Formats: sequence, structure tokens, C-alpha cells
Amino acid sequence: MPQKIPSGGEKIVQCLEREGIEYIFGLSGGAAMPMFDALVDSKIKLILTRHEQGATHMADGYARSTGRPGVVLVTSGPGATNTVTGLLTAQMDSAPIIVICGQTNAVNLGKDAFQEADVTGITYPVVKHSYLIKQASDIPRIMREAFHIATTGRPGPVLIDVPKDIGQGPCNAPFTTEFDLPGYTVPGRGDEEAISRAARFLRESRRPVLYVGQGAVISDAGKAITALAEKLRAPVVNTLLGKGAVDETHPLHLGMLGMHGTAYANKAVADCDLIMSIGARWDDRITGRVSDFCTRAVKIHVDIDPAEFGKIIQPDVAILGDARLVIEDLVPQVELADTKEWLAQIARWRKQYPLKYPKQGGLRAQHVLDRLNELTRGEAILTTDVGQHQMWAAQFCLARSNRHWITSGGAGTMGFGFPSAIGAQFANPKKKVWAIVGDGGFQMTCSELATAAIHKLPVKCLIINNNYLGMIRQWQEMFYDNRLSGADLEGNPDFVKLAQAYGVKGLRIRRPADVDRVLGEAQRWDQGPCVVVAEVVKEDNVFPMIPAGASLAEMLIEKPKHRLDKPTGST
Amino acid sequence: MSATAQSVASPAPGSAVRPPLHTISLFVNNKPGVLVRVALVFSRRGFNIESLVVSPGAEGRFSRMTIVSSGNSRDLGQIILQLAKLVDVVHAIDHTGDDSYETEIALVKLFAPLDQRTQILQIAEHFKAKVVDYGSDSLILQIHGPSEKLDAFIDLLRPFKLPEIVRSGKLLMARGVRVT
Repeated sequence: MPQKIPSGGEKIVQCLEREGIEYIFGLSGGAAMPMFDALVDSKIKLILTRHEQGATHMADGYARSTGRPGVVLVTSGPGATNTVTGLLTAQMDSAPIIVICGQTNAVNLGKDAFQEADVTGITYPVVKHSYLIKQASDIPRIMREAFHIATTGRPGPVLIDVPKDIGQGPCNAPFTTEFDLPGYTVPGRGDEEAISRAARFLRESRRPVLYVGQGAVISDAGKAITALAEKLRAPVVNTLLGKGAVDETHPLHLGMLGMHGTAYANKAVADCDLIMSIGARWDDRITGRVSDFCTRAVKIHVDIDPAEFGKIIQPDVAILGDARLVIEDLVPQVELADTKEWLAQIARWRKQYPLKYPKQGGLRAQHVLDRLNELTRGEAILTTDVGQHQMWAAQFCLARSNRHWITSGGAGTMGFGFPSAIGAQFANPKKKVWAIVGDGGFQMTCSELATAAIHKLPVKCLIINNNYLGMIRQWQEMFYDNRLSGADLEGNPDFVKLAQAYGVKGLRIRRPADVDRVLGEAQRWDQGPCVVVAEVVKEDNVFPMIPAGASLAEMLIEKPKHRLDKPTGST
Repeated sequence: MSATAQSVASPAPGSAVRPPLHTISLFVNNKPGVLVRVALVFSRRGFNIESLVVSPGAEGRFSRMTIVSSGNSRDLGQIILQLAKLVDVVHAIDHTGDDSYETEIALVKLFAPLDQRTQILQIAEHFKAKVVDYGSDSLILQIHGPSEKLDAFIDLLRPFKLPEIVRSGKLLMARGVRVT
């Protein structure tokens, strides 16, 4: 019997199988039916989400918790445009996701057909690369290229737009491992000369700081960086996304730096004579006012993306390459540096300006997160949403190993936390996964409670509920004479009842005395998802804080008595 | 082609200072969408594209883009890196001020009755411009050479009625073994 010629949709699914894909996160629709139809016969498990944005964040959480690409399948028009936020989120944080969109028939392109949107056009600025498939014979090559591009170098999202007639029609083309990417190169080891120049600077430094970002997480450079830090006796700080690359409980680790980083991390950065970025991009949350940033320090920048060199900070030494390979080559070239005085100074700062929160006056988010840290001890995967709870979680929940901390940093996407935890839980069935979210962000994607419930995923969602968009309220209190505008979330549902409406276990924390008991109950619950609502004090603020656009020296350790000028930084 | 409305590099309103011009050569995959991806890099960084020439490369699967763009010189290196980062860009080279061979073609239409033409034809002859259309009320002149020569030629013709100008945009090739 002659073999049946597969359809384009079947070919796409077969290509996904060959890439080793276990899960597809998606939402069906007319133009995507050829692919959805092919999934009926595939061993790939389809996770039907309730909104396409949720699907993109699930794929993102899957990708960030494993390092393997996450795949999204949606239909044309609004289905595809609903992925734009997820694409931006993945692009800003270098997460490898593949978004496959249905599209109207190729002959109807550009004619305002039903559910047609120029999705490749809409998404150009938020993807690493994209394809509009014009002929079925290109499918195998495009699929291979898409995965290669998404996962290598500086990872990022790739979008593939598939017209319905291409998905429906036959595809005879054989599978291929060939690329046609003459303009795409993947840096590996660093330049020897640049590495030895960096080593020379490191040997001469008396006040070095290693500044670790997402690139170190992606390349799994943590071991090498720890070895470097120990050999030099140099302190380590990390960005919000760099958490977990190096164990934050290591004695040389000062935690997160930047706008809401620890005071001692920021003081160390402000006072260092050398700062070495390892896969971090001198974001405005980190540098504050750039013209005042580390003006006297030597700057070394290790990055796999050459376009990061000089974008914000002109480095004295730029090393292009994979963070792990570069640091591994660097370690043998450095020796124990004389940093005794420097570490003593940092120890004094650590003692003088610890992270703290009031123990009285009701239930505090910081207290809940501090206890969650105690309960999970770096063994759970934590995801967060965006806002005050995110900063408190970054301060109090210490990441101890790679890919155990997942958050939307660059894009600051509210609604990211819960679906990304679902994706991470699918990828890591044996791990405890906690989403830490605020009441604002949770409501942007909380319909995914249904997705978690039908799969009986034991994912936990801790809602830090202050009935406010808390970070907005904090800014308005501090910089806008407490004129609240668009900050009050009056009308919030009862989140316990909301969870129960989806058949999900819902627990509540009202008093500090309840915290350990309720968190423990949620941690043990493995029959399905569990939502924990912490009803925290309404008007708490995140400190330390460097106002946007200010210099590190202007860091506020606590709420100032005087009125502050409006920040000059944009956000 | 105006790629941007706002620019950190543009001079303050009323100021006469124009941002400097840069000449960039791109070697790209000949695929749909490449031009948009390239244009977006310029517009995002507040650069205006003054001229753009796209033509097939020596091999059909590649195209050549020569772009003259105005914007802050400080940002130019960054733009070159961001262009080179595009998957469809094989290489991006800044040729500003280097010793590459440059040329451009312009077509200039003039409304000029027969009795005004002596002076026009004198200017044309001096610049080695060719008359490619000779009508009773109008002329079309064709000129090629460095862009600055074309500017001078057109300036001399401005006193006449000059309803249309079409310029090819700058073409450029690096000399010797250097790559364009």
C-alpha cells in the first residue's frame, strides 16, 4: 500500500515530534485546524489554554525551567495577536519559545479575509525571527531553522505563520537537518586576548563585583562563576533574572542589585573598582542614572550578543561568547585577590542595612514570602508576576539553583506568573512549583485555573492580596502627593471562592500566626492546584528603592520623611 | 522614506544643524520582510533613512542594500550591530567616510520654453549631464556621479522651473579586496 502523503499540518506536527516536543500549549481556531487535527494522532500532548496569552507564558515557563523550547499553537487573527504580549515577554528575557499561528489561505493574504491579521508584520519588533510559510515544501527546513534560532546564541521567540491551505494541502518534502542561515552565527568560546586582559584587570582589582544576569542562567555558568568568585574572593550580585545562577545563600553573594536590590549589593556596586557583567545588560533598573554609574570602575562585559556591547555602558573589556565557556577559560588565569578590606566593608554594610520589615501591624507580604522561603528552601521552582510582590519575593526568596526562579523582568508583564508556573509544573512534574502573584496580575490570566484544574496539576498559587496595584500606589504615595489614580482594585473577587468555582482548593491567610500552617498545607496538597490568598496590609512599600533615573547613591533605605521629586526615569 | 517621527538625534526645532549622514551597506538574504526588519532597526533608534537602494546580489539568493541615513553618530555603531544581529542580514558595514567608490544617478525635469534653454544646456554640458527627453515645454536631464556633484547641479538649476527630481540614491562599492 502506498504511503499516504502527509498534510502540511501533519508535517509540522511530525517536525515537532522530531524536535522532542512533549507539550503544545494552545487554543484552537479555524485556520489552525490542520495542525490541531494532526495532534489527534500525535504523542505530543495538547494543553488547551483559556487564552492565548496564557499559552505563551506556559511555553515560556516550560522553556525557562528546562532550557528546552516551549511551543505554542494558536489560530489566525485575534488568536495570533493575543500572543504578542507573550512574544515581547520572551524576547525581552531571551526565552526560547516557538509560536505557530494559523493564517488565512495564502491566496487571501492581504485581502482582509475573516480572522486575517498580518501577524508577521505586527510581531517584527518582538521576535528573534519569524516565518510566513509560502510553500509546503519549505516546512521541514523552516521548522528546523526555527528551533535552531530560538534555542541557540541569545535565545528568543520565533513565530511561524501557516496559511490554512499550506496546512491542509500535501507536503511531500523530506525531513532535513540542513539550515539556510548564512547570516546567523552562534558565538562559543571567548577571544583569548580579551579573556587575558580581563584576567589582568581582575588580578589588579581590590574591590571587584561580579554582576550576574540571565545569560549566566541560560548558559548554566553558575558553577564556573562560583569558582571564579571563590578564587578571587569577589562578591557576587545578580539581576532579577540572574537569580539562581549562583546560590544566593553563598557567603560571597549579596543578593539582587538595582532599583529594589539589597542596600549592600548596591553600595558594593557604587563603590567597586571593577564590575564584571556576566550575561547581564546594564538595564536601567540596574544602573539608575547611567552618567553616574560606576564612573571610576573598570567595566568588563561578557555577552553572547555583540549588540549589547556599548548599548548602555562602554566596557573596558568586551568578551563575546557563551558565559560558561568564557568564565571557565578565565578561572585558571586569575588568582586570589587581596579583597580582605573590601569584604570587611561589605560585611559592615550587610550588618548595618539588612533587609527588614515591620513585624507588627498585621499580615505583611514580606513575612509570608520569608516563610515561603523557609518552607521551600530553594528546592521549589518559584515564578512571580510583576509588582511589589515580585520585588519582595526577589528579596526574601533566595534562589539556590539554576532555573528555579522565573519572572518577567524586561517586559514586566502582569499576568505572567500563574501561567508560567503551569508550564514549569508540566515540565517538572516531580518538583514543587509555586506561583507568587499579586491580586492585579493574577486577574489578567486567572482563567488558566481551569487549565491547571483539568490536568490536576499540583501547582500552587500564592496571591499577595492588598487590593491595590501596589507598586502604582507606592509611586503615587511617594512621588505624586498620594494622589491615587488607577491604583485601587476595589471589586476584587473572593479569590478562595474563585478557586473553588474552578474546582480548585482555596486557602486563606489572614493573620501572621496562620502563615506556616496554611503554606504547609498547600505545599503538601498534591491532588491538584491550590490557591493561597494572603490578605496582607494594604499600604506597604518596597524598600530599599532607587527612584527611577536617580543614581545608586540616592538609594532610599526606608520611606523618607520629606516629599520627593517626581522620578526622571521613565518607569 | 521617513522612518521616524521623533528622534533623539534630530536637532531642536528651528535649529539649522542637521544630523550627520552615514552610508551603510548591507548584504542580506533575498527574502520577503527583510526590508521591514532593517527599516525597523533605524526607526526604533530615531534614524531617518535618506536614501535606500536594494538590488540583487551576485548570487540571486542575496540582495544588496545601500542606505544613507541621518542620525547621531554615537548611536551608529549600535545600529550596525543590531542590523548584523538580524537573522537575514549576512553582514552590515559602515562605509561612512571610507574610500569606497560612490555614485548616484538623478533625473531632473525642467519646465523651460525654448528661449530659456541656452543657460540650462550650458550647465548640463559643464556637469556632463545628458538630455534624455527634449519636449517643447519641458526637458529631462540625466546626470550621474558623486551625490555632492548631483546636489551642486540641482542647486544651479533651482532658479528654473523644476517640477520633479528623481534620484537613485547612493550606490557604493568598496575598492580592491575590501568587502562592500
